[in-house]
Amino acid sequence: MSDFLAEHADILISLVKIALLLFIVLTVNAYLTWFERKVVAHIQSRWGPHRVGPHGLLQPLADGAKFLLKEDPTPAGVDKFTYFLAPLMALALALTSIAIIPFGPDPIRILGHDIYLGIVDLNIGILALFAITALSVYGVALAGWSSNSKYPLLGGLRSSAQMVSYELALTMSVVGVLLMAGSFSLRDIITAQARHPELGILGWNIFPQILGFLCFFIAAVAETNRVPFDLPEAESELVAGFHTEYASFKFAMFFIAEYTSMITVSCLCSIMFFGGWLSPFPASWTFTHYLPSVILIPFGLWVIWDGIRYETIFGRILLPGLGMVIAVLGALLIAFPAVNEFIQGPFWLLSKIFVFLFVYVWMRGTLPRFRYDQLMSFGWKLLLPVSLANVVFTASAILLWRSR
Amino acid sequence: MSAPLMVFFVLAAMAILGAFSLIIQRHPIHSALSLIVVMIALAGLYLLMGAEFVAAVQIIVYGGAIMVLFVFVIMLLNAGVEERTNFSKLASFAGLPLTIALMGFLAAAVARSADRVQTYQTGTVAPTKALANLLFQDFVYPFELTSFLILIAILGAIVLAQREKI
Amino acid sequence: MVPTHYYLILSAILFGLGVVAFVFRRNIITIFMSIELMLNAVNLAFVAFSQAWNRLDGQVFVLFVIVVAAAEAAVGLGIIILIARNRQSLNVERVDLLKL
Repeated sequence: MSDFLAEHADILISLVKIALLLFIVLTVNAYLTWFERKVVAHIQSRWGPHRVGPHGLLQPLADGAKFLLKEDPTPAGVDKFTYFLAPLMALALALTSIAIIPFGPDPIRILGHDIYLGIVDLNIGILALFAITALSVYGVALAGWSSNSKYPLLGGLRSSAQMVSYELALTMSVVGVLLMAGSFSLRDIITAQARHPELGILGWNIFPQILGFLCFFIAAVAETNRVPFDLPEAESELVAGFHTEYASFKFAMFFIAEYTSMITVSCLCSIMFFGGWLSPFPASWTFTHYLPSVILIPFGLWVIWDGIRYETIFGRILLPGLGMVIAVLGALLIAFPAVNEFIQGPFWLLSKIFVFLFVYVWMRGTLPRFRYDQLMSFGWKLLLPVSLANVVFTASAILLWRSR
Repeated sequence: MSAPLMVFFVLAAMAILGAFSLIIQRHPIHSALSLIVVMIALAGLYLLMGAEFVAAVQIIVYGGAIMVLFVFVIMLLNAGVEERTNFSKLASFAGLPLTIALMGFLAAAVARSADRVQTYQTGTVAPTKALANLLFQDFVYPFELTSFLILIAILGAIVLAQREKI
Repeated sequence: MVPTHYYLILSAILFGLGVVAFVFRRNIITIFMSIELMLNAVNLAFVAFSQAWNRLDGQVFVLFVIVVAAAEAAVGLGIIILIARNRQSLNVERVDLLKL
C-alpha cells in the first residue's frame, strides 16, 4: 500500500491539490456574491443582506440551498443535448482556468515531498488561459441558441459577438508583458518582475505597461460580461439575456462560471502587471514582513468587539469565535518566523486579488452600461489599435534598450 | 502499456468517435460540436508530441474562432435537421463500400511503410522561441503572404455578406 | 514513446472519415465541416513528422494551414449564406440549376 502511494505520489498530490483548490474556489465564489451584494448596497446607501446570520454572512448558504431545492424546469422545444451542455461547458472551462495560476513562490515540504502552491506551471501558461477564454464563447452562444426563445437568442448572439471582439484586444494587450518576460509561463513573468528586488513597486510591470494594463483590464471586464459591458444580460434590455430560460441549478452554474472568471481575471491582472507575490516594498525593508500580522490582529480584535455587541445570540457566539481565530493566526505568524516568511508571497497575491475584486464590484455599483453599438465600436476602433500600438512601442523600446 | 501510449489511445478514440459523430448526427449544430471535440482531441495529441504552441494555436484559432464562425452561421441560418434526399442510386449502393475501401487502403499504406519511417524521437522540445525564429527568418515571405491572404479574405467576406442595395 | 506511424494511421483514418462525411452528407455546412476535418488530419501528419525528424518546419507549416483554413472558412461561409438566401435551402442537391 505504501509502495503504491510512494510510486504514484505526484498524481495523488495533484489530485488532493485539485480537490482542495476546487473547494476553496467555490467557497470564495459564494462569499464573493456576499461581498458584492454588501458593497453595492453600501454604495447605494442601504445595507444589503444582514438578516441571514451575523452581517448576512450565511446568505451564500441560503442562496445555495435555494439553488439546490428550487424546481428545475426544462422548456419545451429546446435542443436537449445543447441545453444541458452549455452551462456544464461554461462552468468546466471557468474552473479549469484556476489550475494554471501560481499562488506562491516557495514549495511546502510535507512528508518529504515538495509541494508547489498552484496545480501546474505550464510552459504556455498565458496561452492556455487564452485558449480557455476562446472556448468559453461556446457556453454563451449555445446557451442562447438552445433555449428556443427570442430574448436568449439575441442575448446569446450579442454576448458571444462581444466576447469574440474583445478577445483580440485581450491577447494583444498581454504581448507587451510577454516581450518583457520572455516566456509564456506565469511563474517566469513574476520572476522577471523580481529582477530588481530593491525597487519594490517600481519593478512591477505596471509602470512600463500602463497602457497594456488598461487595455487588458477593460477587455477582461468585457470578456466576463460584467458592468459596464453587461448589456447582453441586463434586466431592463433583454430580460436576462442568454440565461433567461435557465432555472435553478443550471443558472447557478452560469453564475459560478461568471464569478470564477472574475477571480481568474483578478489573479491574472495581479500576476502580470502588479508583481504577483512580490511585495511593493523594497526587499531591504524586512520590517514590512510583519504586515500580515499587523493587519490580522487588529481586524480579529475588531471582529470580537463587534461580535460581543451584536443583536442575536448566534452572532454573539459566531463573530467573537471568528475574530479569535483571526487574531490567533496573526499572533502565530509573529511567533513562527519561518511560517511568516512562507506566507509573505501568498499574502501579497491574495491582497492584490482582493483589491481587483473590489474594483470589479465598485464598477458594478457605480458605472452605467454601454449601449451595444458603443460597446462594439469601443472594442474594435479604440481598444484594438491601442493594444497594437502598445506592442509596437514595447518591442521598439526593448530593441533600443538591448542595443545600448 | 506506458502512460503516453494510453493517453494516445484515449485521445485517438476521442478523435475517431468525434469524426463518426460528425458523419452520423442529423442536426448541423451537433456535427459542429463533434468537430470541436475532434479538434480538442487533436490539440491533446499535439501536446503529447511536445508541440505546445501549435496545440494552443489550434484551440484558440480553430476551436475558438473558426468553429465559432460555423456555429454562428448555423444559428443565423436556422439550419434544421437534414432532410433525406435520395437522388443518386449509384451513391447509395456503391458509396459505403468504396469509402471503406479508401480508408482501408490509406491506413494499410501507412502501416506497411511503418518500418521505413525514420524516427529520431529525441525528446519533445518545441520551444516557442525556436518556432518564432524559424517563422520570422526562414519563412518570413510566406508569413507576409498569409497576412495578405487574410486581408483578402476579410474583404471578400465583407463584400459577400453585404445586403443588396435596394 | 508513441511510434510515429500510429499518428499517421490516425491521420489517415480521420482523413478517410472526412471524405466519407463529404460524400454522404447533404447539408452544405456539414460538408464544409468535413473539409476542416480533412485539413486537421493533414495537420496531425505534419506535426507527427515534425516530431519524428526533430525539425520545426512541420509545425510552421501547420500554422500556415490553420491560417489558410481560417481565410477559407470566412469566405466559404459568406458564399454559403448567399446560397442559402438565394435558394432558401441548405441542401446541396437543391443547388442544381446548371444540371442538364
